[in-house]
Amino acid sequence: MIPKLPFLSKKVPADKSKLFIPGRRDFLKLSSLIGGGFVLGVNFQCSGPKGETVTFAPNAYLSIDSENTVTIIAHRSEMGTGIRTTLPMIVADELGADWKAVKIQQAVGDEATYGDQNTDGSYSIRMFFEPMRRAGATARHMLVEAAAQEWNVEASGCDTREGMVVHQASGQTVPFGELVELLQQMPIPEAEKLTLRKLSDYKLVGKSVPIYDVKDITEGKALFGADVDLPGQQIAVILRSPVVGGKIRTYNEEKALQVPGVNKVVQISGNGVHPGLNKPLEGLAVIADHTWAAMKGREALEVDWELGENQDYQCATQMEAMIESTLKEGRLRREKGDVKQAFSSGGRIFENTYRAPYYAHATIEPPTALADYKEDGSIELWAPTQHPQWARDSVAEALEIDVSQVRVNVTLLGGGFGRKSKPDYVVEAALLSKAIQKPVRVQWTREDDIHHDFYHSHSAQRIKAGLDATGKLTAWNHHTVFPAIGGTSSADELHPSDGEMGLGCTDFPYEVPNIRIESHEAKAHTRVGWLRSVSNIHHAFAICSMLDEIAEEQGMDPVAYVLSLLGEDRKLAFSEEMKGAYPNYGEAIEEYPWDTARMKKVIQRVAQEAGWGSAEKDGKTLGFAAHKSFLTYVACIVEVAEDEAGNLIIPEVHYAVDCGIPVNTDRIRSQFEGGAQFATSLALSSAIQFENGRVIQNNFDGYQIIRMPQAPKKIFTHIIESTEKPTGVGEPPVPPFIPALCNALYKLKGKRIYELPVKEVFV
Amino acid sequence: MTAGFSEFYYIKVPYQKTDAMEKYRLSVNGNMQEVSAPEDMPLLWVIRDLLSLKGTKFGCGQALCGACTVHVDGVATRSCSLPVSAVGDRKITTIEGLSANGDHPLQKAWQEHVVPQCGYCQTGQLMNAAALLNENPHPSETEIEEAMAGNLCRCGTYNRIKDAILTASKS
Repeated sequence: MIPKLPFLSKKVPADKSKLFIPGRRDFLKLSSLIGGGFVLGVNFQCSGPKGETVTFAPNAYLSIDSENTVTIIAHRSEMGTGIRTTLPMIVADELGADWKAVKIQQAVGDEATYGDQNTDGSYSIRMFFEPMRRAGATARHMLVEAAAQEWNVEASGCDTREGMVVHQASGQTVPFGELVELLQQMPIPEAEKLTLRKLSDYKLVGKSVPIYDVKDITEGKALFGADVDLPGQQIAVILRSPVVGGKIRTYNEEKALQVPGVNKVVQISGNGVHPGLNKPLEGLAVIADHTWAAMKGREALEVDWELGENQDYQCATQMEAMIESTLKEGRLRREKGDVKQAFSSGGRIFENTYRAPYYAHATIEPPTALADYKEDGSIELWAPTQHPQWARDSVAEALEIDVSQVRVNVTLLGGGFGRKSKPDYVVEAALLSKAIQKPVRVQWTREDDIHHDFYHSHSAQRIKAGLDATGKLTAWNHHTVFPAIGGTSSADELHPSDGEMGLGCTDFPYEVPNIRIESHEAKAHTRVGWLRSVSNIHHAFAICSMLDEIAEEQGMDPVAYVLSLLGEDRKLAFSEEMKGAYPNYGEAIEEYPWDTARMKKVIQRVAQEAGWGSAEKDGKTLGFAAHKSFLTYVACIVEVAEDEAGNLIIPEVHYAVDCGIPVNTDRIRSQFEGGAQFATSLALSSAIQFENGRVIQNNFDGYQIIRMPQAPKKIFTHIIESTEKPTGVGEPPVPPFIPALCNALYKLKGKRIYELPVKEVFV
Repeated sequence: MTAGFSEFYYIKVPYQKTDAMEKYRLSVNGNMQEVSAPEDMPLLWVIRDLLSLKGTKFGCGQALCGACTVHVDGVATRSCSLPVSAVGDRKITTIEGLSANGDHPLQKAWQEHVVPQCGYCQTGQLMNAAALLNENPHPSETEIEEAMAGNLCRCGTYNRIKDAILTASKS
């Protein structure tokens, strides 16, 4: 099963209306499912006796109790973007709560109650900015109404502020908590009809707001996946097939069972050569009293593997075949005009091949999950998951029980980047807990993580560009080939999907009269997944590198050249040119068109801020690239230099971003700072390689991510003021950084870069 | 075919646990703690699994990432690669023992700069930075980069870490 990925598929229009909040009756029904310390709406519509804490919850996202505590539900997963702070902050701002006193509670996986919880595709803000405002506005309208009735004044003369309703004329105030019993008697207004605060009235939205968990994190109190303990729990470490699709022929666990602390060995069946995105790999779990015993026990296992067809897989051989394929005619994905005719018209031709490797997510927290299978056949899990609903569905499927019998608690995630969308590790824990009828934590080691990831695909691209006699770019022929995400689940998926093609390839926005975009076949021999910005990574690398080279060869300034190629201010829909769907990250193209004016604005801004065009100083060179992804417009200028020892240094990075209404400016900046560093690793140091079907890297010595001395020294994020609908910033910083860095390196070293990672520039 | 258990779940040989556990008395955050552990168990797993102090994190198990950094007699040490039998009577400090109320100058600077993104590596970063400042109270930027090079941050918070260390070094 391929999950519903809003960035890869067109959203069904009916889904949109489901985003918001269950109706009141639904809510009453659902609230009984929410156990634990936070009993939503338990006193709904029935005042408790005086002195008892009474709670009012107008919708699934917030509650107010008679002790003045405002609790807001974070229903999306926190993996480092700050979303657990930023969405509740919107509710609080619209409500007029006292933000410093707000409590944030993480939701369990439950789509019927909370709407979409798949924290992926940079769409939390895009999808939930408006619903969060309406969630807060619902309570605010009721509080104001209740206070106005009490005071016998017009509701229009009242507002909320810092947890109180205020009558503006008299200055009279009442804390929210004192109104809770009254609220319970009142009808809940229709959220869609409420008046929202003006953007200019917000006190938090548009500002820099620190993350809710910062203190707990610095004190070591924040709970991540492996930090939850249950009485009687066991720890499992799993030996998985070294080659995807491998099966266990026989095994001997005697030596493993001799390791002190090891109690059991349990086999998990895999799904064969098409392992799927939500299923465990074939493996043998060593179950022990503690993690070290499980690790030692695993070393002592003896397994005879039937490795299967992927044991002959060499990624270098496939790369050569992929490059070869780009010389042939491929599957047509977008066409405009006639490139063949344009190429034969006698002007200058540029033709380059670009290669990029497999990448692993390497979240600093390796995958882990805790499962507690209960006597009644239900199961409760704790997991650092980006997609608690899919984890829940997948556990129910694997255990052959109803979804209602599965409860998924979401801890903080020690990084996600797309890895922790896939719930294979959660399913492993569930299967093992059921097998031994005890709570089990599955702990992946770093080697497990590097060997058994859902990798970003390696890729080959060939771009042929034709200029006419005047130097105008008249033909663009882009071939792209990489094992597709769909190939993880099906033998039939040999081409990238329309969704993957729409990530920076078919949505080529430049004004070129003849365009032909083609894809080629490549088989998936491993688990292919999505990694922070997905195929935008390699597409932006190729396109932005190519444009820089053409500009330079023509004696033109790359910034001016790209601005001119964007042409007049236009809103692009690509409609008749696409040979297939254009999902546009799950949004209607009419609502979120490709707006060349917005792109030009970020380019002009970044050029101005970075001092582009002024003489390059002190042996430092600048490189530029611009790339829109996930509906966010980004331009980037990277400065590079060499230190005395010949090491590459990146003194400065400038980004300009138009993400519509900026919601939490500090977390926008932090995503760009982190995105630049993540992209530095992809550009300079990281690569996964397969030999005989096995990943040859093992840990952070082989799969290298940058360390503090290699990190860009200063990263500036220039945020465009905007009242456009807000869009996400988790992924968009990554794609333009890599070609901007490569273009700067070219100027520094005089050598164009056609292959990632660029290891030779690092001493 | 769905993933699941084969019926092949069994224990072939009756399991006889050999008692290879040793008893160790450890000084952790100023308290003496007695644990039973195999001699090769890394201090990380003693701290996390036997003492239930969860602030120290597992990242790589090979002293490559620094997420598990603690102080052993004040020296920043990768607890994933130090066997419990090698600790002896040296004093161990974990993030839980860095300050009484979470008010170490570095913790305060970390909050001021809102350093963390996901937060997972940050306790190790803090312990490493604290050892640095003990040794060198006013490090230069280059000295910070060199001292912190063993601590990976996948989210990319390096610049804020550096800024926070500089802030704390001036307090």
